[in-house]
Amino acid sequence: MTAAAFAFYAFALTTLVGGLFTVLSRNPVHSVLWLILAFLSSAGLFVMLGAEFVAMLLMIVYVGAVAVLFLFVVMMLDIDFAELKAEMAKYMPLALLIGIIILMQLFMAFGVWNFSDGAAERVAAPQGDVQNAVALGQLVYDKYLMLFQLAGLILLVAMIGAIVLTMRHRSDIKRQSPIAQMMRDPAKAMELKDVKPGQGL
Amino acid sequence: MVHFFTETNLGIVLLVTAQCLLVLVPLLVALAFLMYADRKVWAAVQMRRGPNVVGVFGLLQSFADFLKYIVKEIVVPAGADKFVFFLAPMISLVMAFIAWAVIPFNEGWVLADINVAILYVFAVSSLEVYGVIMGGWASNSKYPFLGSLRSAAQMISYEVSIGLIIIGVIISTGSMNFGDIVNAQKGSWGIFNWYWLPHFPMVFLFFISALAETNRPPFDLPEAESELVAGYQVEYSSTPFLLFMIGELTAVVLMCALVSLLFFGGWLSPIPGLPDGILWMVGKMTFFFFIFALVKAVVPRYRYDQLMRLGWKVFLPMSLGWVVIVAFLAKYEALGGLWARWTIGG
Repeated sequence: MTAAAFAFYAFALTTLVGGLFTVLSRNPVHSVLWLILAFLSSAGLFVMLGAEFVAMLLMIVYVGAVAVLFLFVVMMLDIDFAELKAEMAKYMPLALLIGIIILMQLFMAFGVWNFSDGAAERVAAPQGDVQNAVALGQLVYDKYLMLFQLAGLILLVAMIGAIVLTMRHRSDIKRQSPIAQMMRDPAKAMELKDVKPGQGL
Repeated sequence: MVHFFTETNLGIVLLVTAQCLLVLVPLLVALAFLMYADRKVWAAVQMRRGPNVVGVFGLLQSFADFLKYIVKEIVVPAGADKFVFFLAPMISLVMAFIAWAVIPFNEGWVLADINVAILYVFAVSSLEVYGVIMGGWASNSKYPFLGSLRSAAQMISYEVSIGLIIIGVIISTGSMNFGDIVNAQKGSWGIFNWYWLPHFPMVFLFFISALAETNRPPFDLPEAESELVAGYQVEYSSTPFLLFMIGELTAVVLMCALVSLLFFGGWLSPIPGLPDGILWMVGKMTFFFFIFALVKAVVPRYRYDQLMRLGWKVFLPMSLGWVVIVAFLAKYEALGGLWARWTIGG
C-alpha cells in the first residue's frame, strides 16, 4: 500500500467513525467533538484530492468558527440524560420510518445513476502549474462574479435579519459608557509619579 | 544511502521524523529559556530579582519547574469528564506544535513548503481554542467554565482581525507561501523594504491581536486571577498543567515568528550588504518575545467588555478598511508598487 492510499484510508475511516459517534454518543458535547473530528479528517481528504485551499477553508470556517459556536451553545444546555433516553424510545418508530424512507430513496437514486463518458477525467484535480487558490479565485471573482456577490448579499441579509430578530434593548440594567470613560481627564483621575529607573518610589 | 532516504517508504518516514525532531528539540530547549526570560523581564520591571537560585543566574529554573510538574500527583476532579479532561491539554500542545511545520527559519529551511502555508497556520491557531474550551468544560467547575467561555469569544473575535490583516499581506505578495512573502520583502533598502513600512498601522493591530489570540496580558481574561482564580487551568495539576503551559508559550513564540515573517522580513538582513540567515530570524523572534514579556509587565489588564469592544468596533473596521485600501494601492501600483510586490519578488 502506498503512503497516499494509507493516508486516504486513515482519513476516510476517521471521518466515518467521527460521523458515526456524532450520532451515537450520549453526551451532546461529545457529539460535537466527534463532529469536529469528522470535519478535520474530511479536510484531510480534500488535501489528498489536491484541493488544499478548500481544506484550509473547511478548517478555518467550519472547525475554527462554526463548530466553536456549536460547542458554545451545547455546553450551556442543561440536559437530563435519563429523561432524554426515555423520550428517545417514544420517538424511535417515527425516526426509524424516516430513516428507512431516506435510505430507500438513496438506493433508488444511486441504482439508476449513470456516469457519463469521460466523467472520471473531469473530476480529477486541475493539472499543471495553477495553484488551486488562484484557480478558485479566477472562477469566483471573474467568471461567476455576479452569482458570488449575490450569494454574499443573501448571507448579509440573513445575518442582519438574525441580529434584528434577537436584539432587544433592556433599559433596566447597568451599562458601561465607553465614551464617557475615554473622555475622562487623566489629571483628575490619577497622579503621575516620576519613577527613577532602578530605584522605585 | 541517499537512495534509501529519498526512495523507500521507511527511509522517507525516518527522514521526516528526523527533520521534525530537528525543529522540535531546539524549540523546546529555547522555550525553557524563554520562560525564564519572561519571568526575568517581568521581575526586572517590578524591581524584583526573579528566579536566581537554580543554576547560574537561575538559568536552569525552567528545568527544575519541569521536573516538579512531572513528579507531582495528577488530581482529577470528581465530576470531571475524564477523557475530555486529559484530551484538552494534549490538543493545546499538539496544535501549538504542528503549526511549526510550515514556518521557515531560513531560505528553504522549512518542513513542509506548501502554498497555503499562511492559511494553515491560521487554521491551526484557530483550533487552539478547543484545548481551552474542552479543558474548561470537562473540569465541571464554575471558574474554569467561565474562563473557557471568555476565551472562546475572545479568540474568535481577534481571529477575525488577524485574518483580515493577513489578507492585506497576501494581497501585497500575491502568494500565501511564507518563503514568497519573505522574498517579496527583499530589496536594496534593507529594513525599509520590509512590510512594516507599507503596512505600518497593521503591524500594531497584528501585535495587539496576537496578544489577545494567545491570551497574554493585558488580555489574559480567561485566566484573570483576580476574577477567575486561574480560569480554565484551575483544576489542572502536574503534567496536564505543564502541557497547557508549554502549549500557550509555544503559541506566543509562534506569533513572534509570524510577526517577524509577515512584517519584518524573516531571515533577511536589515542592513544591505550583511548576509541573510537564520540568526536574523531567531534574533527577530527573540526581540518580539521580549516585547511580549514587556507588555505583560507594564500594561494593566483590560475589562472584558473593553476587550470585546476593541475587537469588534475598532480592530475589525480598521483592518477591513485596510484590506480595501491595500487592494486599491496594489492594483494601481501606488508609489512605484510599494504595495504590489508580486511584480518585484514573489
